[in-house]
Amino acid sequence: MQISFTLNGRPTTMDVEPATLVAELLREQLSLTGTHIGCDTSQCGACVVHLDGLPVKSCTLLAPALDGATLLTIEGLQGAPGSNLMHPMQEAFREHHGLQCGFCTPGMLMTAVALAVEKPNLTEADVRHGLEGNICRCTGYQNIVISVMAGAAAMNAAKGE
Amino acid sequence: MGNVIGIGAAPKRKEDQRFLTGRGNYVSDIKRPGMAAGVFVRSPHGHAVLRGIDKSAALAAPGVIAVLTGEDVKADGLGSLPCGWGISDAKGVPMKEPPFPMLAQGKVRFVGDMVAFVVAETPEQANVGAELLKIDYEVLPSVVGLLEAVRPNAPQLFDDVPNNICCDWELGDKAAVETAFKKAAHVAKLSLVNNRLIGNPMEPRAAIAEYEPGTDRFTLWTTSQFPHVVRFLMGALVLNIPQHKLRVVAPDVGGGFGVKQFHYGEEAVITWAAKRVRRPVKWVASRSEGYVSDRHGRDHVTEAELALDETGKFLAFRVNTLANMGGYLSTFGPNIPTNLYGPLLGGVYTTPAIYCNVKVVFTNTVPVDAYRGAGRPEATFVLERIVDVAASEMGIDRVEIRRRNMIPKEAYPYQTPVLVQYDSGDPMGCLDGALVAADVKNFGIRKAASASKGKFRGLGYSTYVEACGLAPSRFAGRLGARGGLYESATVRVHPTGQVTVMIGTHNHGQGHETTFAQIVSEKLGVAFENVDIVFGDTDRVQFGMGTYGSRSLVVGGAALSKATDKVIAKGKKIASHLLEAAEVDIQFEAGKFSVAGTDRSKTFEEIAGAAYVPHNYPLEVLEPGLEEQAYYDPVNFTYPGGCHIAEVEVDPETGTVTLVNYTAVDDVGTVINPMIVEGQLHGGIVQGVGQALFENAVYDEGSGQLLSGSLMDYCMPRADHLPMMKVATHSTLCTHTPMGVKGCGEVGTIGSPAAVINAVVDALSHLGVTHVDMPATPNRIWRLLQNASLPVAAE
Repeated sequence: MQISFTLNGRPTTMDVEPATLVAELLREQLSLTGTHIGCDTSQCGACVVHLDGLPVKSCTLLAPALDGATLLTIEGLQGAPGSNLMHPMQEAFREHHGLQCGFCTPGMLMTAVALAVEKPNLTEADVRHGLEGNICRCTGYQNIVISVMAGAAAMNAAKGE
Repeated sequence: MGNVIGIGAAPKRKEDQRFLTGRGNYVSDIKRPGMAAGVFVRSPHGHAVLRGIDKSAALAAPGVIAVLTGEDVKADGLGSLPCGWGISDAKGVPMKEPPFPMLAQGKVRFVGDMVAFVVAETPEQANVGAELLKIDYEVLPSVVGLLEAVRPNAPQLFDDVPNNICCDWELGDKAAVETAFKKAAHVAKLSLVNNRLIGNPMEPRAAIAEYEPGTDRFTLWTTSQFPHVVRFLMGALVLNIPQHKLRVVAPDVGGGFGVKQFHYGEEAVITWAAKRVRRPVKWVASRSEGYVSDRHGRDHVTEAELALDETGKFLAFRVNTLANMGGYLSTFGPNIPTNLYGPLLGGVYTTPAIYCNVKVVFTNTVPVDAYRGAGRPEATFVLERIVDVAASEMGIDRVEIRRRNMIPKEAYPYQTPVLVQYDSGDPMGCLDGALVAADVKNFGIRKAASASKGKFRGLGYSTYVEACGLAPSRFAGRLGARGGLYESATVRVHPTGQVTVMIGTHNHGQGHETTFAQIVSEKLGVAFENVDIVFGDTDRVQFGMGTYGSRSLVVGGAALSKATDKVIAKGKKIASHLLEAAEVDIQFEAGKFSVAGTDRSKTFEEIAGAAYVPHNYPLEVLEPGLEEQAYYDPVNFTYPGGCHIAEVEVDPETGTVTLVNYTAVDDVGTVINPMIVEGQLHGGIVQGVGQALFENAVYDEGSGQLLSGSLMDYCMPRADHLPMMKVATHSTLCTHTPMGVKGCGEVGTIGSPAAVINAVVDALSHLGVTHVDMPATPNRIWRLLQNASLPVAAE
């Protein structure tokens, strides 16, 4: 079937097998390999993308669900539109050593950005609870939590400008 | 021109940009032209005779290109998966070493044992082909538990391994220990289980293999911590591919923790298959497949006894352990519960006599091998637990009994009775630092506050040491290593003065691209941004043993340090010629070669330029170019250690244990990048906390089914399980590594399980609880509390 959607800001039309998972569509057909697959039970969160602005696990989403929707993946996450700058959340993860092997990182970032958008003044408890669906084996989460809080603060500051 | 960023600084990591923007290059991201897909068919039975496989229906399915089985392996005369260590019993009798075929032959010995490989045009078609294989199994009873496996009538995995015992290993002076026990004023006893763990790096294992008929060369991309070792083991011992015809690439790897430091059968099968089908072949494991094929960790059953005099001084320590090997010997399998376990039973204490017996046992489970810490968390857990038991039984404070037995700082180097000699350390300093950082003096106030909410609060200590920086080859060779354990580095200075380092360690989260660049930046005075680190490709990197055992900085960093010294030495010769001064008068400092006592100098870039444009150059005595290589083989292990203090709160209504505070003060020697070291400590501690509170690989006895076979059944630590941890370093410098470094990759995982469980036992000690096995899940704690049949919460 043919679907049309906005992918990282660009209108996209393509033919898909209806049983294709979005995570596989991105990785295999669109060569957007930043979205990772870390499990087969929708537990790890390495595949989180934004569908119409909300975080979803792309490993449990079928391609037809994209029709007419807006999809943002890690490759489309950026600072000011059109700039080469990283998003404040990406900068915060670098600044606070919020990643080690990098495999869970794209999903963590997409979840983190959504958390910060959803609630402007995140507490540590909010962040820890909000990351329940994202597993990291390297960092012990401490620097991820610190990064998310710093990134959220930077997003708020940028909004105020 | 950027800045020098050297040792002790905390620059942001060079590797982060690609990971943050979704541009990492993991094996599963790679596509090759004409690539086919492979799927492994695995045994659904723990133990069965493999009577036959009918391939016909699978081969007739659309898209299926090939079906390979153990019979094909046999017909091609391929080797067995090798074990890298050969241990022996007390009489010198070598361990039993049954073959480990890459695809099962005759019998399957664990759920997940590989039976066939199906290659097809797409993964979906390969899966359909796999479903159509007709496999005739004669199911046998499985044995998965250690105590069950050594019983006289237990199912036998191998005809020539009586009682499933691979090796009956021992260490230490048994007679001296017996004598000391006779004189003891008190003997503390403890039986415990060290729970089986599954490493769960977030990136599942994957491999792609390709064969080029024009050059007769193979390339294997694999999620490995040690590509050169895979090339050697697989090429030389399994597939008979000459080393120069085999390239192994381990690009970005999404976490390892030991799970990716073995040569796996999948790698051999896919490489062999790529030549047979003349197509690149790709396989990516699902998480569930990883659960039944990634090597597991730990799994011990132990009886320990500590003899003490009337003052609480340790006189002798005796440990008897059964250690699970699973269905076959993995690459390092038998080394982990023996050589990396027994020698650590001295801990940070002056115990004069130690004896350890380990029976290494086959069972119908996934092969067990190294997982972060590997042997040392198990040793630390036994020792630090029994110290608490002894303290409690003798009425001595837990900190005080540790102090009475600790090796004083002045006593280093310290020879233990179990082989190892600690070069340096200050366990008392770490303990004192941790007591302050954890605010132990106000613990009583916090305990009372918990009690007022009906909760039990406990504090637990772990003062520990480990042996890492694997390893001195000579020493390892005496213990049974079948390879060397050195490391190598090449420093390539380009004509413009920028530097590329080729190093044999592998970066899969540890920040090597940053840490190693800091070392080069400092030593050569070149800008941090002008140094790149290359790893993970046998065609680009000369050689290497890879990353495990906290060895990268200790052994690889030492090789790198030596190679930079050679660059400086050659640079001085060039400078001496250009500056017309004696070589002995040339000094090198801050990126400049100068003649002592003069203002005549040449920059590092000028010397590099002269080396590659040798118009004015001593060609008769010196080769052009500026590239040096060094191999480094350590003279001893390194011995990081420290003190961890855990504080927990137990809810008696539900049995839930909450980790509320965690403090670690660790001695890791010289710190190159404190930000990265802290990150390693955080991650390591949480893996140990995971073992203590959440993680457990559970098998069904009899059927051999893995009951905790997915992320839904095996509890991984999540962000909301944890408090903010306090980590700090209290370093003494290693006396034998070039920069004084000791390694920091595993300390967190080694120190933490005992600290957490000691805290849980402390919280419940008023109910008569003296030990809690890991993981301390709500179910286990709640049952303990019910059995304690004592008044539960104060309302």
